[in-house]
Amino acid sequence: MNRDPSDQGMGEIVRTVARWLRGFILAYGIYVVLHGHITPGGGFEGGIVIACVFILLTLAGGQDLGLSFFSRRAALSFISVGGLLFLALAWMGMWWAGGAFLQNFIGTSEEARFSLFSAGTIPILNIGLGLKVASSLFLVFTVLAAFRIDAASEKPEEEGSGS
Amino acid sequence: MIEVIAILALFMLVGAIVAVETSHLLFAVISVGAVGFLAAIAFLLLGAPDVAIVQIGVEVITLVILIRATIGRDATSAVGQRKLVGTVTAVTFVAAIGLFGLQGLSDFPAFGMSVMDRIADAPSNTYLQDGLADTGAPNIVTAVLLDFRAYDTLGEATVLFCAVLGTLAILRRKARVAPSPNEHKEDSE
Repeated sequence: MNRDPSDQGMGEIVRTVARWLRGFILAYGIYVVLHGHITPGGGFEGGIVIACVFILLTLAGGQDLGLSFFSRRAALSFISVGGLLFLALAWMGMWWAGGAFLQNFIGTSEEARFSLFSAGTIPILNIGLGLKVASSLFLVFTVLAAFRIDAASEKPEEEGSGS
Repeated sequence: MIEVIAILALFMLVGAIVAVETSHLLFAVISVGAVGFLAAIAFLLLGAPDVAIVQIGVEVITLVILIRATIGRDATSAVGQRKLVGTVTAVTFVAAIGLFGLQGLSDFPAFGMSVMDRIADAPSNTYLQDGLADTGAPNIVTAVLLDFRAYDTLGEATVLFCAVLGTLAILRRKARVAPSPNEHKEDSE
């Protein structure tokens, strides 16, 4: 196996710290996505943070570890699910609510403001965007990393595959 | 405040010049990262936390990809002289764009004032006044992105989708000459 040494991940210390941190970073990313309509953030920002969790796992434990948490097939499905969620809400504003394309048809009452369940379709659109951005970035990262590893494995005289 | 921004911009300039001038690829990548993180701090100071979060996240991912692409390469330094024609062309383009930019800057309002303030019925005033009542979202940035201008966000999502499609199409494994021995079973697409 002429695998690139960097594909084996980093040392035990880095892997342990990554294992501790992954939950917190993931929770922060999900928080940023869900609270996008109240606090700074939103689908794009939270999606990037969520993608960073899996990129961290890939860097710390090698590509197999990252892909075991979030396979490429799952990433492709989440991209489609996020995009279709966005489009479905857009069409629902037009046909179901009888308004305009992408109309905010749920609405929010005065007293519901500043709470998590408010702002109508905006949080749902944020979730769709977050799924899409997170899985897109992670997919592009894994594809780019795998491409480099392939290029390295075609040259067997690359540095030894010690950990 | 404006002095802090000016110092940050100065550091960004230094980082950009180092990135262009150094011959070591890793130094160049790190300098580009420094420019990006300084830009994130500048966005934060200018009151745009949404943009700052995006900038930091994208910068981290870009740096990781660039460093992965740099470390382990056989050639870690940029060799060869720059061509005179290329330098002259680049300087000419930068000068022309800079001239137009300076002309545009003279039309700008004072620092910290909104560009839209000069027009009485500009849409930005409506967004700020009626944004919370119309959309129910206290974060006006999100209200604009996903309610008033959601069509633009749909376009951005489409651009992202096309970028992923292009990456997968160009870097797919099926067309490679020698199939890699370490195939994952998820790589079949």
